[in-house]
Amino acid sequence: MRKYLSFFRIRFSMGLQYRAAAAAGIVTQFVWGGMEVLVFRAFYRADPGAFPMTLQATCSYIWLQQAFLALFMAWLMENEIFDCIKNGNVSYEMCRPMDIYTMWFTRSAANRISKAVLRCMPILLAAGFLPAPYGMTLPVSPKAAVLFLTGMLLGFLVVVAFCMLVYVVTFFTISPDGVRMVAVSAVELLAGSIIPLPFFPDSVRTVLELLPFASMQNVPLRIYSGDLAGEAAVLALALQVFWLAVLVLLGKLLMRRAEKKITVQGG
Amino acid sequence: MIEVQHLCKTFRVARRGAGFGQAVKTLFHREYEEVKALDDVSFSISEGEMVGYIGPNGAGKSSTIKILSGILTPDSGVCSINGRIPWKNRTAHVKDIGVVFGQRTQLWWDVPVIDSYELLKDIYSISEDTYQANLEELTSLLNLSELLKTPARQLSLGQRMRCEIAASLLHSPKILFLDEPTIGLDAVSKLAVRDFIVKCNEKYRTTVILTTHDMQDIEALTDRIILIGKGKILLDGTLDDIPGADRGLDQAVADLYRRFRI
Repeated sequence: MRKYLSFFRIRFSMGLQYRAAAAAGIVTQFVWGGMEVLVFRAFYRADPGAFPMTLQATCSYIWLQQAFLALFMAWLMENEIFDCIKNGNVSYEMCRPMDIYTMWFTRSAANRISKAVLRCMPILLAAGFLPAPYGMTLPVSPKAAVLFLTGMLLGFLVVVAFCMLVYVVTFFTISPDGVRMVAVSAVELLAGSIIPLPFFPDSVRTVLELLPFASMQNVPLRIYSGDLAGEAAVLALALQVFWLAVLVLLGKLLMRRAEKKITVQGG
Repeated sequence: MIEVQHLCKTFRVARRGAGFGQAVKTLFHREYEEVKALDDVSFSISEGEMVGYIGPNGAGKSSTIKILSGILTPDSGVCSINGRIPWKNRTAHVKDIGVVFGQRTQLWWDVPVIDSYELLKDIYSISEDTYQANLEELTSLLNLSELLKTPARQLSLGQRMRCEIAASLLHSPKILFLDEPTIGLDAVSKLAVRDFIVKCNEKYRTTVILTTHDMQDIEALTDRIILIGKGKILLDGTLDDIPGADRGLDQAVADLYRRFRI
């Protein structure tokens, strides 16, 4: 356990090193969030009754999403992992008395958390001071806050487990580009990062909500904005646990197969 | 104690000629070739021995090292190192071995070398005392004191190589695999590294297996050599078994390669 912790630590402290990138990220996400809010405002002006969430709930959803972007975006993958599979440096990873799956999981998690820690505060603060309904509200109840935090942790782990699958598949395909592009686009659309899932047509939504993608940012963000509450929220958390277990199991299984038939590229 | 019997490993390689026409052709029909990296390789190495593993490019040296260190799984054959099968008990096995791949890096690129060492300390669960003692010894022997606080990316190849070797020895491994460890080293560093390997072997009875193209490495370090070519063991003996070794080892080895047509 200790070795994984210190692995976490070195990746975390490396992530904290890049201050300029963090500053640029904050600005980008603030502008992006602002743009989204403006777009939704225009829609809501046309007919507020036509939307499944209130404008306030949608705005909270957007700001929270921008603040914790690093936790949930599938495109934030570890290039070093792809590189080491592609050029054969994975040899050294395999010489360590560690489980490779757990090692890479720890590493990706640390990287995401370090990025999120640097970026979330300024965005949350600024969004908190924006006038209603364009800013962020506090969670509707203490219970919702607890559910939200649980959902955020689970959603984050589901994202990391999903990315792990992409890393492992690279052992078989050598080039990560194709799988990565498909995986990232699928997550963008199906997890609700472009538009929240309640905005999809009902028949599509029922299916989407069962997929692993819905167990990522969809659950915590909607719990926070009050769109998902009570029994529905608890059910959504249970589904998150289920998908997390499935993805980790699948990833570990594939990793074991990959280790057996691994070829080290580049001599 | 390393026991290797009838080890075989083949790789499937896609081949095609140069040019656009050939590239289009492979879209529809791809030709694969089975390359036998290891073809019935057997040897045994006892504890505390230093063995030079030589052969021309692509002979199967690195593949052997990778199987012995648990990275690759062979197609067939038996291998037992101190009673363990490397690829089956990988995590237990790698605790006892140190590996240096001369053309790769294990140091974290953006952080000072010492940070990578601290991480290795936790990864291998090295006790504080052992770690300090080993670090001190390695620092003085490989002359690292200036380098430890520098990020790995700013080291020259030779400087980095010395740091890599130290990194592989922090956990006092019983067996050391060195895959071309003197690549890119200047004369002084080369001598330092050789000296160091000899000392390691004398003091801790570390078993050392070394692949290299530098015949002076072999001369300085090992009594026993194993020659491999096209995946087969062609010679297992001492330097004296190479005909004409006294006239210059490089020439003698080149003649040998020619004689075996490898």
